[in-house]
Amino acid sequence: MAPETSPAAKSKRPLSPHLQIYKPQFTSVLSITHRLTGIALAVGTVLLAVWIVVVATGAPDLYAGFTGFLGGWFGRLLLLGWSVALFYHLLNGIRHLFWDAGYGFELATAQKSAYAVLFGTAFLTVLAWWFGLMMEFR
Amino acid sequence: MASLRSALGRARGLGSAKDGTHHWWAQRITALALVPLSLWFVVNVIGLIGAPHLAVAQWMGHPVNACLLAGLVVAVFHHAQLGIQVVIEDYVHGEGLKLAALLLVKAACWLLAAAALISIIRISVLIVFFKG
Repeated sequence: MAPETSPAAKSKRPLSPHLQIYKPQFTSVLSITHRLTGIALAVGTVLLAVWIVVVATGAPDLYAGFTGFLGGWFGRLLLLGWSVALFYHLLNGIRHLFWDAGYGFELATAQKSAYAVLFGTAFLTVLAWWFGLMMEFR
Repeated sequence: MASLRSALGRARGLGSAKDGTHHWWAQRITALALVPLSLWFVVNVIGLIGAPHLAVAQWMGHPVNACLLAGLVVAVFHHAQLGIQVVIEDYVHGEGLKLAALLLVKAACWLLAAAALISIIRISVLIVFFKG
């Protein structure tokens, strides 16, 4: 992808093949999803800072506008995507921490923990939204 | 196989990135901190759904919440900056563009974290006067 003028192209160093070279596998798809959700969460974290700043301004109108936006269909879509990404990245991150400590590398274990991450993500997302919607209709 | 690395370089153990394993460790330690902090945050935010501005400010201004929220802000922006840095280093190959992107992300994370921390302090101080 590097332009011809870039140092990487000039030196003709071998680069590892891009993702699209390989046939996608269950575990490799989870791996790239960890990175994608990480990028999404980095962008979504801007919302955290904005939320805190908006509360600190002490302007109820501004706060109402912010919560109104989040409560609208687009805001909810963002929050849904954000919560799925958060729970996935959190659970798969724990899986990564176990790998870092040297556990769970066996293929069968890695497959099982992958399913656990997917199931856990779905479970926590449904749980969070169930409680969230309960709060709304309380 | 004989190593081409000098004895001093080997002793320092900093490698080609010049900061050794610091990035790797910082990424893991912030990740570990974010496991309880993000769960605490999600549970509390769900509890604040539909709450009026004052109630949210009072929650943020409580010393325990202010402290944990500040911890979350520091850990999450540090973790995000480290993560995005790796993505940029992997996919942006032009040196100038790479440097610009890295500095931009670093600046954004620093400023957003600073804004959030100053806001938490402001709420914590001001909320005392709203109590009565």
